[in-house]
Amino acid sequence: MAPLLEVNGLVKRFGGFTALNRVSLTVKAGERFGLIGPNGSGKTTLINCVSGALPVDGGVIRFDGRDITTLPAYQRTRLGLVRSFQIPKPFRSMTVAENLEIPLEYAAAGRAGARGGADTAEILASMGLAAKAHLRPAGLTQIEMRKLELARAMAARPKLLISDEAMAGLSSAEVDDILTILFRLNEQGITIVMIEHIMRAVMRFSERIVVLDAGERIAEGTPDEVVRNPAVEKAYLGE
Amino acid sequence: MTGTVRALVVGLAVIAVGIVVASVRVNPYIYFAGYVILQYVVIATAWNILGGYAGYVNFGTPAFFAMGAYTAVFLIKWMKAPLPVLILAGGLVAALLGLGIGYLTLRLRGTFFSIATLALSVVLQTVVMNWEYVGGSRGLSVIRPSGPPFGSYVVFLFTVMVGLAVGSVLVARFIERSWIGRGLAALRDDEEAAECMGVPTLKLKLFATTVSGFLLGVAGAPFPYYVTFVEPNSAFALDYAVNALAMPMIGGTTSWVGPVIGAILLGTTSQLATVTISSEMNLFIVGVVLVAFVVLAPEGILGLVRRLRGR
Repeated sequence: MAPLLEVNGLVKRFGGFTALNRVSLTVKAGERFGLIGPNGSGKTTLINCVSGALPVDGGVIRFDGRDITTLPAYQRTRLGLVRSFQIPKPFRSMTVAENLEIPLEYAAAGRAGARGGADTAEILASMGLAAKAHLRPAGLTQIEMRKLELARAMAARPKLLISDEAMAGLSSAEVDDILTILFRLNEQGITIVMIEHIMRAVMRFSERIVVLDAGERIAEGTPDEVVRNPAVEKAYLGE
Repeated sequence: MTGTVRALVVGLAVIAVGIVVASVRVNPYIYFAGYVILQYVVIATAWNILGGYAGYVNFGTPAFFAMGAYTAVFLIKWMKAPLPVLILAGGLVAALLGLGIGYLTLRLRGTFFSIATLALSVVLQTVVMNWEYVGGSRGLSVIRPSGPPFGSYVVFLFTVMVGLAVGSVLVARFIERSWIGRGLAALRDDEEAAECMGVPTLKLKLFATTVSGFLLGVAGAPFPYYVTFVEPNSAFALDYAVNALAMPMIGGTTSWVGPVIGAILLGTTSQLATVTISSEMNLFIVGVVLVAFVVLAPEGILGLVRRLRGR
């Protein structure tokens, strides 16, 4: 199958510090893709470059056959490349339902599959947030906040969803809850890139994993292959 | 759609009331004071489009207001342009200033944007002070056209300001309820998240600075004919910066009603204070009221009403 997301030789520097050094990866359509690496390895920087929050210093990013390297973030979202945030960033002055209406109106409108108002209720129901539709984000629990983050990303009607540590700090049961949601989204045909520290989750979820360390790609493979890779062990545990 | 029609009808009714008030010839002071209060309705409403809807606090209100006033001074001196031309030109020049400043500074967020707008006001005032054609630091006398409607130029300007106030409130209300207003609210809440949800944040912010600048310039354009003597210190007065911010804050920034309530309340209070106590007292009162609201009712009068209703 043709790659949906193709990152080629990506370079990102902050002053004299090279955060990403010629990183390449491809994500196929429909895939469940894991991105892991120790703290400070460049995962979030990579996501920020791919989603358009940060300009790159070199390399090419292609999405759905199109060069998006210099495209503003909002246009990438409209193409179907959508991210969620590690620390939930809800629109606090709006209700939960209104939070979803922003991407529905700005990103999904006019695109196939967008039906407006009915979508909000449907997405909220599928996330188990239907009863909270008229609450403000301040009234949500931590897990509900994470679900809102995913629900809002879904309202943008993504082809590719980048889930940036959606499970950090959650209990084991809550992690399973989020995993179930992500599996279901994938079954609906959404390609998912998961960035996660919780190994149990990322190993169970991903079909393929890329490992970053100190801004370089050090390994790629199925979860089993990656776990047995000595370079990965060294990156996480030292010599 | 019916809401918009109703708003237009109410707006026309307000203008009609303004014309009636103008033709009954009450105490001339009423028109003088009314003009100032209505001018503040325009200023507060304009400020709120950027400061309230988008969350970008602009301390440079005097720069935009004076831009409108000095564009008018220039056009009066150069070609004796009629008032509608002054208003339109003043608005357009201030809109351009808004667009330019927006483009240069909107990469700055929060406090940094505010500081940049404050600097803008200082820079422009210095430029005007050294521009002899429009009077420089000494100022310039402006002669009002003869034979105004209603027999008095101030009364005429009062009705013009009624129209401008209604117009700017309608513009603000329209923006607030459109997709633009929802996008601005999203970026006010969280700019990064808004951008990632498909909101073109830079474009919307530029739209807000431009429209806000336009309306501030419109508010300033009739100013030369109102005061008949324009000098930099009055056109760039600190009062505009403080009031433009205080009025929406006191009324409530999330809806078009807030700045209107704030402007009428605070404008009336400071007019009364100027007459009964002293003109120095009125800024002091504004300051005290603003501090009280920020501490006790950070969402303004609208927020208070909402809280009381919720109970």
